[in-house]
Amino acid sequence: MNSFGVLSLVTFFPLAGALAIAAQNREAKRNARWIALYTTLFTFGVSLFIWGNFDKAATGFQFVEEMEWLGGSIKYKMGVDGISVLFVVLTAFLMPLCIIASWEAIEERVKEYLIAFLVLETLMIGVFCALDLVLFYLFFEGGLIPMFLIIGVWGGERRVYASFKFFLYTLLGSVLMLLALMAMYWHAGTTDIPTLLSHRFPADMQWWLWLAFFASFAVKLPMWPVHTWLPDAHVEAPTAGSVILAGILLKMGGYGFLRFSLPMFPLASQEFAPLVFALSVVAIIYTSLVALAQEDVKKLIAYSSVAHMGFVTMGIFSFTVQGVDGAIFQMLSHGLVSAALFLCVGVVYDRMHTRRIDAYGGLVNRMPLYAFCFMLFTLANVGLPGTSGFVGEFLTLVGAFKASTWLAFLATFGVILSAAYALYLYRRMMFGPIEKPGLRTISDLGYREIVVFAPLVLLVVLFGFYPSPLLDVTAVSVKKLVSNYEAAIRAAAAMR
Amino acid sequence: MNQLQAYWPLYPEILLVVAAMVLLMLGAFRPEREAEAEAIGWLAIGTLGLAAWFVLQQPAGVQQLFDGAFVVDGFARFMKVLTLVASAAALLLSFDYMRQVRALKFEYPVLVLLATAGMLMMISANDLISLYVGLELQSLALYVMAAIRRDDLRSSEAGLKYFVLGALSSGMLLYGASLIYGFTGSTSFATIASAAAQPGAGQNIGLIIGLVFLLVGLAFKVSAVPFHMWTPDVYEGAPTPVTAFFAAAPKVAAMALLMRVTLAGFAGAKPQWQQVITALAIASMLLGAFAAIGQSNIKRLLAYSAIGNIGYALIGLAAGSPEGARGVIIYLVIYVVMTLGAFACVLAMRRSQGMVEEIDELSGLAQNNLAMATLLAILLFSLAGLPPLAGFFAKFYVFLAAVKEGMWALAVIGVLASVVGAYYYVRIVKIMFFDEPRERFAAIQPKAGLVMGVTSIYILLYVVWPAPLVDAAGAAVKSLF
Repeated sequence: MNSFGVLSLVTFFPLAGALAIAAQNREAKRNARWIALYTTLFTFGVSLFIWGNFDKAATGFQFVEEMEWLGGSIKYKMGVDGISVLFVVLTAFLMPLCIIASWEAIEERVKEYLIAFLVLETLMIGVFCALDLVLFYLFFEGGLIPMFLIIGVWGGERRVYASFKFFLYTLLGSVLMLLALMAMYWHAGTTDIPTLLSHRFPADMQWWLWLAFFASFAVKLPMWPVHTWLPDAHVEAPTAGSVILAGILLKMGGYGFLRFSLPMFPLASQEFAPLVFALSVVAIIYTSLVALAQEDVKKLIAYSSVAHMGFVTMGIFSFTVQGVDGAIFQMLSHGLVSAALFLCVGVVYDRMHTRRIDAYGGLVNRMPLYAFCFMLFTLANVGLPGTSGFVGEFLTLVGAFKASTWLAFLATFGVILSAAYALYLYRRMMFGPIEKPGLRTISDLGYREIVVFAPLVLLVVLFGFYPSPLLDVTAVSVKKLVSNYEAAIRAAAAMR
Repeated sequence: MNQLQAYWPLYPEILLVVAAMVLLMLGAFRPEREAEAEAIGWLAIGTLGLAAWFVLQQPAGVQQLFDGAFVVDGFARFMKVLTLVASAAALLLSFDYMRQVRALKFEYPVLVLLATAGMLMMISANDLISLYVGLELQSLALYVMAAIRRDDLRSSEAGLKYFVLGALSSGMLLYGASLIYGFTGSTSFATIASAAAQPGAGQNIGLIIGLVFLLVGLAFKVSAVPFHMWTPDVYEGAPTPVTAFFAAAPKVAAMALLMRVTLAGFAGAKPQWQQVITALAIASMLLGAFAAIGQSNIKRLLAYSAIGNIGYALIGLAAGSPEGARGVIIYLVIYVVMTLGAFACVLAMRRSQGMVEEIDELSGLAQNNLAMATLLAILLFSLAGLPPLAGFFAKFYVFLAAVKEGMWALAVIGVLASVVGAYYYVRIVKIMFFDEPRERFAAIQPKAGLVMGVTSIYILLYVVWPAPLVDAAGAAVKSLF
C-alpha cells in the first residue's frame, strides 16, 4: 500500500507541537496545555487513520517509507505490520490522557514538562515504526533523555535516585544491543529489518546476538531479576510519567522480542526458551508475592506490572500462535489497565499527596464513581473474564500449556496471587468506614477525570467481550512469524 | 612564477607564519591597548579563515614537497580545515574572558597563529624531521599560552608543568625517531613503510622499540592514558579559553599525525602498533570514565572527558581499517564541536565577582537560564553518546569499525565505559535541572553565546543530515591506505 509519509507524520507531528510550545511565552501555561492536547489528539487521529487503512490480510510491512540517511545501506525506513501498528495506536491514545491528567497536577515548569512528553511521544512512536535497526536504536535509546528528565524534575522525593537508576540500567542494557546490531550489519550487509528478517545468521552467532538483544529487552520489559529499576521509577515518576512507563515503555521490550529475537535468531530463541520460561515464572510468582507486601500503591502496581510482563515473555517464547497473539493482546490490555490504575492512584494522590495504602480507607463512601472505576481496572488487572485482561492472560496460558504443562501450571498461580494482592489493595483503600480525618471531605471524580477514565473503562470492557478488532489485526503477522520460526527450526534440524 | 606555484601546497602554512610575524610587529610597535589587541585578534581570525580557504582551494590528489617530507592529500586537507576552524573558534572565545582578567594582549593571537602553523605542519608531515619540527613549533607555542597569565600562580604552574612533561615526551619521541632512523636508514615515512613491510620486520626489535617510543611521544600529545598526567592540571590551571584551545585543535593535529605514522608509515607493522593503540584506548576510556566521577571542578572534569574521548577515537585507529580511520575523523569533528560548545558554557559561568568553575555552581540553572541549561544539556547528553545526538554517531562509527575487525574485548569495554561516562555527564544535567537554583550568572556574552548556540544546534540536528560528514570522512581517509 502506498502512503504519503503518514508514518513520518504520526511520528514527528508531536515534535512539531513541542516546537510550537517552545515558542510560547513562559507564563502562557494555558496555551501550552491546549497546544499539547491538540497535538496529541491530532496524532491520535492520524494513528486511527493508519489503523483504519491497515490491510489486515497483507503479510508484509505497510505504509513503507524509505529515504537515504546515514549512507551505506543504513536508511531512514519506516513501516508497520500487524505486530507494531496497534502499539502506535496505543501510544497515540494514551498521550492525550496523560496531558489531561497533568492539567492541574503539574504547575511547575509546565512548558518544559509538555515538551518532554511530546518529544517522548515522537521517540516512542518511532520505535514501533522504524524498519531500520540503527533508526530503531536511535528511537529506543533516545527515549531515555526525556524520561530521565520527567522523573528527575517532576518526580517525588527520591526522584534523583530513581531517575539515575532508570537511566543507567536501561543504558547498560542497550549498549550491548548496539554492538550486536553492528555485528549484524557486517554479517548481513544491511540494517534493513525486512531483509534481516529473512537473513539466516549462523547458529553460534545467533547465540551471542540473542544474548545481547536479550540484555536490552529484558531490562526494558523488565524481567526478573533486572526489574528493580521499575518500582523506583514508577513510584517517583509523576502520574503521567508512570502511565507512559507502564503503558508504552515496557512494551518496547516485548515488541523487541517479537520483532528481533524470535524471527531473526530462531535457533537461539529455541535454545534459550527454557531460561525465559524460568525467569517468567519466577517473575510471575515472586513479584506477585512481593506486591502482596507493599505499603505503597504505586509500588504495588509496579510489581504487578512485572508479573504481567512475565505472562508476555512466556507467551512469546511458547512459539505458538495463541501464545504470541496472547502476548501482544496482554501488552495492549496492560497498556490500558496499568495506565488506568496509575491514573487512579494519581486521582487520590492529587487530593491527599500520599501514596501509602494505610493513609486511605473507606473511599467508596465519598467517591462512588472513583470506586467503580478502580474496581473495574482492578478486576481487569486480575484478569477477570469480561475484561481485556482475561483474553491476553488466557491466550498466553494456552500457548504456554502447549509448550510445557508445568509452565502453565506454575504460571496459573500468578493469576490467583494477582487476585489476592489486587483485591486486598482494593479492600484496604476502598472499604470500611472513613477513619482518616482528611478523607472526610475528599471529592469524587471531576469532569476532567471522567473524561480521562471514560474511554479507558469503555475499551477495557469492549476488548474483554469483543477482542477481535485487535486480534484480527495481529493474526496474519503472527501466523507468519510463527510459521517462519518453525521453518527455520526445521531447516536447522535438517542440516544436522 | 614557477617557483611560487611549486610552493602552492605550502601556502596556508606560509600565510600563517607571515601573518604571525606581521601581527607581532604590529603589536610591538602600536600602543599597548586592549582595543589594539582585540583588533589583532580579529585579524588573526581572518587569517585562519583565509588559510582554510587556501586549503579548500588546493587541487584534489596528492602533492608532495621537499622530497616527500611534506605531503598534502585529501586527509591532510580535511584535518587542516578542522584544525583551522577549531583554532578560530577558540580564539573567538578568548576575547571577553581575557579582557575580564586584564590579560587581553596581542601576543595571544600571534601564539595561536604559530601553534596552528605547527599543527598544519604536523598534519602534512611525511618525514620524521618535519614531524618533529611541526610538533615542536606547536608545543612551544602551547607552553607559553598555558602560562599567558603570567601574574596568575595557577596559570604559570600549568605552563611549567606542561613544559617539563612535554619536553620529556619530546625527548622520548626523538629517541624513537633516532632508533627508527638507525634501523631503516631513512627519516622518510615512505622508506620506513617499505622497511616495516619487509618480512620479519615485526621481529626487528630496534625498529619496534623505536616505534613504541614514537607512539609514546604522540600519546602524550593526545593525552592518552598512561601519558595523560599533565592534562587535568594544565586544563584546570590554564585560562579557560586557552583550555578550550588545548582541548580542540592540538588534539586534531596530534591524532592526524598519529594516524599518518601508524597507518601510512608503519602499515607493515600493524599487528605491533595495534596492540599498543588498543591498550592506550582501553586505559584511556576506563580512566576517563572513572576518574571523572569524583571531579568537582568542571575544567578538570572536561579534562578527564577529553582523555576518555581520545580513548574512543583511538578505537577507530586500533581497528586499523579504512572504516576505523573514517570513524576517527568523524569522531574528531564531532568531538571538537562538542568540546568548543562545552567550553563556551564554562566561559558563561560568570558572576559579578568573577568566573566560577565548580560544577555545583550550575545548580538549578534550568530555572535561572533555561536556554543555557538546555544547550549545555544537549552537549552533555551528546558527550554521553546518547542518540539521536551527534555524539552517538561519533561513537557509532568507531565501534562499527572495531566490530568489523572482530575486536570484541575493545568494543565491549568501550561501550561499558561509555555507560560509566554517561553517569558523570548526566550528573551535571541533574545538577542543572533537578537541584535548587543558586545566584544567577551574569548575562552571557554574545561570542560565547554564538559558539554555544551554533555547536549545540549542530549536535542536535546532525541526525537529520549525517551523510555529508560521513562521505567526506570516507573520502579523506582514502589517501592513507
